[in-house]
Amino acid sequence: MADGERTAFGDLLRPIADPPVRPDLISLSASATAAASAAVDPPHGSRAEADRLGASLKELADADARIVFVGDPGLTDPRLALPGNAVRTAKYSFLTFIPRNLFEQFRRLAYVYFLAIAVLNQLPQLAVFGRGASVLPLAFVLLVTAVKDAYEDWRRHRSDRVENGRAAAVLDPAGSGQFRSRRWKDLRVGEVIKVLADESIPCDMVLLATSDPTGVAYVQTINLDGESNLKTRYAKQETMSRLPNITAGSITTLIRCETPNRNIYGFHANLEVDGKRVSLGASNIILRGCELKNTAWAIGVAVYTGTETKVMLNSSGATSKRSRLETHMNRETLLLSAILITLCSAVSICNGIWLAIHRDELELSQYFRKRDYSGGDEKYYNYYGIAMQVFFIFLMAVIVFQIMIPISLYISMELVRLGQAYFMIRDKNLYDESSNSRFQCRALNINEDLGQIRYVFSDKTGTLTENKMVFQCASIRGIDYSEGKDPSPNGSDVYYVVVGDQFWRPKMLVKTDPKLVRLLRSEGETQEGKHARDFFLALAACNTIVPLIVGTPDPKQKLIDYQGESPDEQALVYAAAAYGYVLIERTSGHIVIDVLGDRQRFNVLGLHEFDSDRKRMSVIIGCPDRTVRLFVKGADSSMFGVLEKSVDLDIIRATETNLHAYSSVGLRTLVVGMRELSRNDFEEWHSDYENASTALYGRGNLLRAVASRVENNLQILGASGIEDKLQQGVPEAIESLRQAGIRVWVLTGDKQETAISIGYSCKLLTSEMTHIVINSNSEASCRKSLEDAIAISSKFVAISSRAQNTIIATGSARVPLALIIDGTSLVHILETELEEKLFKIATVCDVVLCCRVAPLQKAGVVALIKKRTEDMTLAIGDGANDVSMIQMADVGIGISGQEGRQAVMASDFSMGQFRFLVPLLLVHGHWNYQRIAYMILYNFYRNAVFVFIMFWYVLYTAYTLTTAITEWSSVLYSVLYTALPTVVVGILDKDLSRRTLLKYPKLYGTGQREERYNLKLFILTMMDAIWQSLVVFFIPYLAYRDTTVDGSSLGDLWTLAVVTLVNIHLAMDVFRWNWITHLSIWGSIAVAVMCVILIDSIWSLPGYWAIYHIMKTGLFWLCLLGIFAAGMIPRFTMKALTEYFMPNDIQISRELEKFGNFNDFTGTEISMSTFSETQPGFIR
Amino acid sequence: MNSSSGSAAGPSSGSGDGSAPRRNSKRPKYSKFTQQELPACKPILTPKWVISVFTLVGVIFVPIGIAALMASNNVVEIVDRYDTECIPANMTGDKVAYIQNDDIIKTCTRNLTVPKDMDQPIYVYYQLDNFYQNHRRYVKSRNDAQLKDADQANKTSGCDPEKTTKDGSPIVPCGLIAWSLFNDTYNFTLGNKNLSVNKNGISWKSDRDHKFGKDVFPKNFQNGILRGGASLDSNKPLNEQEDLIVWMRTAALPTFRKLYGKIHQDLKANDIIMVTLENNYNTYSFNGKKKLVLSTSSWLGGKNDFLGIAYLTIGGLCFFLATAFTVVYLVKPRKLGDPSYLSWNRNPSGH
Repeated sequence: MADGERTAFGDLLRPIADPPVRPDLISLSASATAAASAAVDPPHGSRAEADRLGASLKELADADARIVFVGDPGLTDPRLALPGNAVRTAKYSFLTFIPRNLFEQFRRLAYVYFLAIAVLNQLPQLAVFGRGASVLPLAFVLLVTAVKDAYEDWRRHRSDRVENGRAAAVLDPAGSGQFRSRRWKDLRVGEVIKVLADESIPCDMVLLATSDPTGVAYVQTINLDGESNLKTRYAKQETMSRLPNITAGSITTLIRCETPNRNIYGFHANLEVDGKRVSLGASNIILRGCELKNTAWAIGVAVYTGTETKVMLNSSGATSKRSRLETHMNRETLLLSAILITLCSAVSICNGIWLAIHRDELELSQYFRKRDYSGGDEKYYNYYGIAMQVFFIFLMAVIVFQIMIPISLYISMELVRLGQAYFMIRDKNLYDESSNSRFQCRALNINEDLGQIRYVFSDKTGTLTENKMVFQCASIRGIDYSEGKDPSPNGSDVYYVVVGDQFWRPKMLVKTDPKLVRLLRSEGETQEGKHARDFFLALAACNTIVPLIVGTPDPKQKLIDYQGESPDEQALVYAAAAYGYVLIERTSGHIVIDVLGDRQRFNVLGLHEFDSDRKRMSVIIGCPDRTVRLFVKGADSSMFGVLEKSVDLDIIRATETNLHAYSSVGLRTLVVGMRELSRNDFEEWHSDYENASTALYGRGNLLRAVASRVENNLQILGASGIEDKLQQGVPEAIESLRQAGIRVWVLTGDKQETAISIGYSCKLLTSEMTHIVINSNSEASCRKSLEDAIAISSKFVAISSRAQNTIIATGSARVPLALIIDGTSLVHILETELEEKLFKIATVCDVVLCCRVAPLQKAGVVALIKKRTEDMTLAIGDGANDVSMIQMADVGIGISGQEGRQAVMASDFSMGQFRFLVPLLLVHGHWNYQRIAYMILYNFYRNAVFVFIMFWYVLYTAYTLTTAITEWSSVLYSVLYTALPTVVVGILDKDLSRRTLLKYPKLYGTGQREERYNLKLFILTMMDAIWQSLVVFFIPYLAYRDTTVDGSSLGDLWTLAVVTLVNIHLAMDVFRWNWITHLSIWGSIAVAVMCVILIDSIWSLPGYWAIYHIMKTGLFWLCLLGIFAAGMIPRFTMKALTEYFMPNDIQISRELEKFGNFNDFTGTEISMSTFSETQPGFIR
Repeated sequence: MNSSSGSAAGPSSGSGDGSAPRRNSKRPKYSKFTQQELPACKPILTPKWVISVFTLVGVIFVPIGIAALMASNNVVEIVDRYDTECIPANMTGDKVAYIQNDDIIKTCTRNLTVPKDMDQPIYVYYQLDNFYQNHRRYVKSRNDAQLKDADQANKTSGCDPEKTTKDGSPIVPCGLIAWSLFNDTYNFTLGNKNLSVNKNGISWKSDRDHKFGKDVFPKNFQNGILRGGASLDSNKPLNEQEDLIVWMRTAALPTFRKLYGKIHQDLKANDIIMVTLENNYNTYSFNGKKKLVLSTSSWLGGKNDFLGIAYLTIGGLCFFLATAFTVVYLVKPRKLGDPSYLSWNRNPSGH
């Protein structure tokens, strides 16, 4: 009987490789593997959460499912016209290029303005410019852009062709069972495709079989989501076993799957084979763009092809943001439009008055002569009455003065930002050696926002810390083992596994506690030793890590590389290996662990993944001694609830003490528990589990319920402490940011203790700070704690302000405040009226630390600031849980680190290390802001000067909009004569050197206070523009009054004067002259002179030879000289006065840069060198 | 200015070299350009520079101003407005009728006194006021192709409203500009002797050579109902019609002078020149003024004090600013590049 029982039980113990046990869940790879770790770091749960949502909301109804007949593309869903597998990333075809490209280009408002003006000019009554001159600039810009687009599209066409032409092995539908080579673009849904190792997967396929007998296939998804570790996918046992029948077409197999969507971490389908229904999840599908690895072959059936594949559905451009400066610029553009309309109205009204006054003279005056006598009817020529004339003049004035709105500015700004991005990407200080990643600009139009940041919201894990987890210490049954010693790579204490004549050792070495090692190896069966062994068995077994054996140069030595998505799990498995529990093999049904030299096989009977409700994961293991054990690991908060309290209360207490100690030194903690399952327990669970996992509806919830039922009455094994190392240079970076007047808020999913200890270690918190802690779980208590906090803070502020008034000499700032708030409290505060109070208190505090926050709360906190202030916010993070925050903030930065690339994909900029934020903001941000701000002002000024000169002249032409300046010159003015220098200066000019900016982080305030671009500066610049235009116009006017001078000659003088003047103006403001600056500024003047000469060498133009004549006269040169002097004197004087008598910080620092070494040699040098010692990370 | 090239190179550490880069390392290649460390000069407006610049401008501008004023003073100019004087007293009520009536003889005599000695060449100009030669209708009304090339005589586009005759044959030269050619004439006598006016070379050589054809002859010119101005000798090619060429260089401003001719003879102070003129040109219809101008010239052109005064003003202002800066600099000196001036060093302590 006992025997029989054992058999029955044993039967159940058979490794179960298919659905019942291998959880369908969606996400072995994505969410669940992260699961275990997520137990530590709740943010990981976000994906699982999203999946659960997807799973419960989207159960498959036949109506909206896609039905795929395996091996028979003809039958597959005739209702739908399915796309082939050809992909088109190219936008245009040969025929559609011109219309589509034009359409795309004219989506920019600036071009429409351009076009409207050009069209207006084509009306004969309004033709101010000749046809060519009016259309040329627009045509030029359109052509350049079109050529650029065409080239890019041609490259896309080419890569499409290559991609579509790749070969795939497709099962011959005739039933021969052979695989034939076919091009990718000819693949159809329903076809059976074979993929070999290291090949790319041509379309989204459901796995039918793999070379692995248990149906495992490993894929690399680096092209899909950038994660480089291998992910496991499974073929169903049902299809594995029937593969010959399926390939022969002798049985009908059909798959019902959801309609195409872009969720790469979810898939919902079921498979019907031989009348049996099997459910399929994301672990059964391999996606286009992945590569098959470590698997000889895999056979699958295409379910989504071409544009419907998940990778294609996910390829969409980044959202575009608009920078703060550009928003302001648009405000000033409106002002300029108002000026433009004023000018035009003035001209047209004056013209109307002039016509009215001279009404009677128009018939006979030689220069007007209203009538055309040639027709015999003596009709009016081009005269439609005063009202119409006024209207026409208005429109013509718009055409003539059009460049008041600096259209070219938009194009130059794009160029400048491109150049700035180039320099940011190429900056070696923003290159991360460890991850071999450069800085990336994903958004091209917010470079200058980097110079105006006031709030930085930072994630902790992976952003401030490296997210490279290292096992530090363990508490086993309440006994603390934290005396770890660093291993020497070849020392005797490193654990090896001997396989044949080879030595395998874990790739990463972990420090081990000798006491614990002795305990594990002790022969005697002490209670202590047994617990320790169970603990490490749990660490080695309770995970989803895949061991890979990697060769080394020494043929006898191999390394075991643990691949997995959660760094915490990796750390734990490496730790177990270091202590002698080496995980060496994982298939879908069992794992092999080398237990202190004895290789043992454990059947994996079940696995409950992590989810954010339970905050734990568990496995059910059939051990070699025929016992069935449940191992659970999870966050302490969730684990203490499911522990058996009646027995081990002392141990639990001791463990809690240890946990507190661990987290207070910044370690991440996990609690491990175990329960031995009786046969009844197991059977009960097994049937529940089977039912739940084959359920068609609500599977996720059912499975969760099953897990909760079994994870109970656990015996505590112990707890682990894992160190999450701070990234290099983080404390210094935070200090610099703080000095720069940037407030750093840390938002983390970690526990409060962990968060605070990390806060201390990265110098965010200091010992003299007063902490205000808000931990409440109801709205009322939140309100109370907020009010208390406001009271405290206002007291401190009051004290400090009094202190400042009375004892100035001390110079002591007020007591710094730190606000620490947790996610539970935020639930009650965000999006209620309490937000206002939180905002009030948070803005008073120097540091804000939010712990235990969910991803959406992160965004909520960012929104809290963004909605209420004008201040710029920046969010930086590395994980999927930071995406919402990154998208919410004005500037989003992704850390391209350990946690995948979702954050990077959502970000505007990405980089490898947190400390790069300092050079990025303080140096590049400052420069970018300064450059773009100056460039905008200069462009406004430059075009305004020109327009005003034309306007003054119009006053002397009976208001008829004649221009003395040739139409070609006025067209080329902003495109050619003066365009290049602004672009060059916008890209290259630096007000201060990198070293100075890093040495005095406070200089960053320039951008925060908007000192380089504001309404006052705009108005001053415009006044300067008017003065300069008066000088340029009236000096020649008065000098040439009552002379024989002709319009063309005077026009040439004005052209050369204004071009040179605006270039001199720019030259005066350039901070740093290198050869490129010299070349562009003086070159532009030369080009303008040459163009004027060239234009005057065309005999058919009225100005033929005028420039040669006027250049021979002394008056011309004296006028030019006088214009330069008189034009620049006000600006030069103002500049000299302010720079000398009211110097701003930038000016002082520039002088320091230049003269500091002479005046103040020793002091500067010393502080410089200490700085470079303490901050080696970013001084270089 | 204070050039200190190379100082921008900054504290480049040796991190770029040293360890050999990994094979597919994305480490940006080091160059002074990509690291924005190109050698550069960083000008700063120190007081020394500011004062020197102002002084230099002053030193340059004041002498030029003086020279320009002297040049202008040496020019002798006689300006005589005659359009009002040359109307018979009985016709002053309706000047337009007077000028349009071809039967009235328009000859008129004016006596001009030479105020100072005038050295040859003496330029004879006519000056029109309030004549908008830069009016949009007017400047556009010409066809340059037609003027240059006899084969293009039919090309009259742009010449509206003076394109063709009533029967549609093209006018050469067409357009309002040519049509309105000035047609007053002047004869000068000094005592009993005729003062000859040289009308050759009054136009630009470039215009005669390249803009007006030597085989293009006037056709259908000034035959319309409304007479605009002078008629042209239809046997003389356009490139010899210098009055037309001068006229067609349209003036920049509504008050302008056009060269009529040159007198190659010195005149003495108090000489009285008698001018016999044909007052043909209709400026009465638009209240324009006609003036006859005799003027010598200097290296700077005609009589105009503006530039000299402007230069003196600018130069004087610069000297003043230089002095002011010096004074203020001495009264309230500031040490350049003193970190204690940085706002965060200044504010909390307030020394």
